[in-house]
Amino acid sequence: MNDLACRDLIQAVERASSPAQLVSAVQALVASGEAAAIPTLIAVLGYNNPVAAVAAVDGLVSFGAVAVQPLMEQLDEYNYGARAYSIRALAAIADPRAMDVLIPAAATDFAPSVRRAAAKGLGSLDWNLLSGKARSHSQALALQTLLSILDDPDWSIRYAAVVGLSALAHSPDLRAQIQVHLKQIGDADVAVRSRLLLAQKVLSDV
Amino acid sequence: MLESSAQEQPEAIAQPLTVEQAIANLRSLDLSLRYYAAWWLGRFRVRESAAVEGLILALADEDHRTEMGDYPLRRNAARALGKIGDKQAVPGLIRCLDCSDYYVREAAAQSLGMLGDFTAVPPLMQLLSLGVDATAQVSGRPHAVEPCEAAIEALGSLGATQAVQLIQPFLNQPVAKVQYAAMRALYQLTGDDSYGQRLVQALAGDDLKLRRVVLADLGAVGYLPAAGAIASCAVENSFKLFALKGLLEHQSNSGTGLSDGALEVMGLMDSLL
Repeated sequence: MNDLACRDLIQAVERASSPAQLVSAVQALVASGEAAAIPTLIAVLGYNNPVAAVAAVDGLVSFGAVAVQPLMEQLDEYNYGARAYSIRALAAIADPRAMDVLIPAAATDFAPSVRRAAAKGLGSLDWNLLSGKARSHSQALALQTLLSILDDPDWSIRYAAVVGLSALAHSPDLRAQIQVHLKQIGDADVAVRSRLLLAQKVLSDV
Repeated sequence: MLESSAQEQPEAIAQPLTVEQAIANLRSLDLSLRYYAAWWLGRFRVRESAAVEGLILALADEDHRTEMGDYPLRRNAARALGKIGDKQAVPGLIRCLDCSDYYVREAAAQSLGMLGDFTAVPPLMQLLSLGVDATAQVSGRPHAVEPCEAAIEALGSLGATQAVQLIQPFLNQPVAKVQYAAMRALYQLTGDDSYGQRLVQALAGDDLKLRRVVLADLGAVGYLPAAGAIASCAVENSFKLFALKGLLEHQSNSGTGLSDGALEVMGLMDSLL
C-alpha cells in the first residue's frame, strides 16, 4: 500500500459522519496493516463509539511492540473511557515497557475500568523480554502494586488484582511467593473469594 | 452505577460526619442536615439501634415537605432502612406503601424486597391491585400511578408465589422496565426457563439504558444460561461485570467449591477486565 492510499483510509476515519461509517472505516484502516495508522487508531479510542474502539484496540494489538510507545505517549488524561481502551491494548500486547503506565494506572487512576485493565495487564507482561536484573526488579514492582490494591473498597478492583496475581504466578521465580500470599488473603465478597479459590486451584495444579 | 456501585450520590459533597453526628442530625432543625444524615446512615449501613430507630421515626416525618406535597426525608429514610437490613423497619415501611408520595412508596417497596420479611407480601400485592392500569403515567409528573417495577421485583425477591397470577399481566403492558421486572420475578417464583430466555432476548434491544436494566435483572436472578449473552452484549464492561458477579454469587451460594458454572462465569469476567 502506498502512503496516499493509507492517507485516504485515515481521512475516511476522521470524516466518518455516522457510527456505522466510523466502524467500517476503522476496520478498513486496521486491515491495511500500515503502521502509519497507529496514531489515528489511538484517537478512535476517544470517539465514544465502543464498536469502533474495540476494532481499533484489536488493530493496535496486532501491531504489537510498534504500537507500545505511541499508546503510552498518547494516553488520554482527560477521557477515562479512552484510557481504559489504551490500557487494555497495552495489556494485550504485554510489552514490559508498559509498566511505566500500568503501575500508576492500577494504583491511582480514579476510574475503576482503567484500574481493572491495568491490574490484569500487570500480571501478564512478557517478562522474557527483560534481562535478569531488570526482570526481577520489574516483577517485584508488579507484585507490590497488585498486593497494594487487594484491600481496595471496590470488589472489582480486588477481583482484577487476584486475576493479575494469578497470572503473575506463572512466572517460576514468583510462584511460591504468590502462593503464600494467596493463602493469607481473605475477602468478604463471595465473587472475589471464588476467584481466589480458582487462583489457588490453578497454582496447585501446576 | 456507571463505574462503581458506590457512586449512588455524589461523594464530593460528603462532609465528614461521624455516626453519632449523623444520628443526632436526624433531629436537627436544619432539614437539609436531616435529609443528608438519612442518606449517610444508609450509605454506610449504620446498624446501631439509635440509627435504626431514628430512621423509622423519619418514615413518618411531617416537617420536610415540598410544595408538591412530597416527603424527601421519608424517601431517604425508606431507602436507608433497606440497606441497613434491620427487620424492625418492616411495619413502618409497610405504612409507607400508602404514602401519597410515589417515591416514598417506591423506596419502601424496594426496601421491603431487601428485608426479606414475608408480612410485606399482602401490602405489596395491594400496590398492584389496579393491575396494568397502575403503569400509566400521571399527568404532569414524571412517574406512573404506582411503583409497579419496585413492587413486582420485591414480590419476586420475597418468593411470593401467591403473586404469580397478579404479576403475569405485566408481561404484556408497554413499559419495558416493568415487563423486565415481571420476567425477573416470574423466573424467581416459577423457575420457568422461558422467563429467563425472554430477558436474554431483551439484551439485543435497541436502547442502551434498557440493556443495562436487563443486565441488572439477569444478575439479580443469577440466570446462568445468560452468561455468554451478558459477556457479548453491547454495554459497557462495568455493567457486564456486575451482572456476571450476580451469576457467580448465585453459583457460589448454591454449592461448595467451584462449579462448572462458576468457572465459566469467571472466565468471562476475566476477559472483561
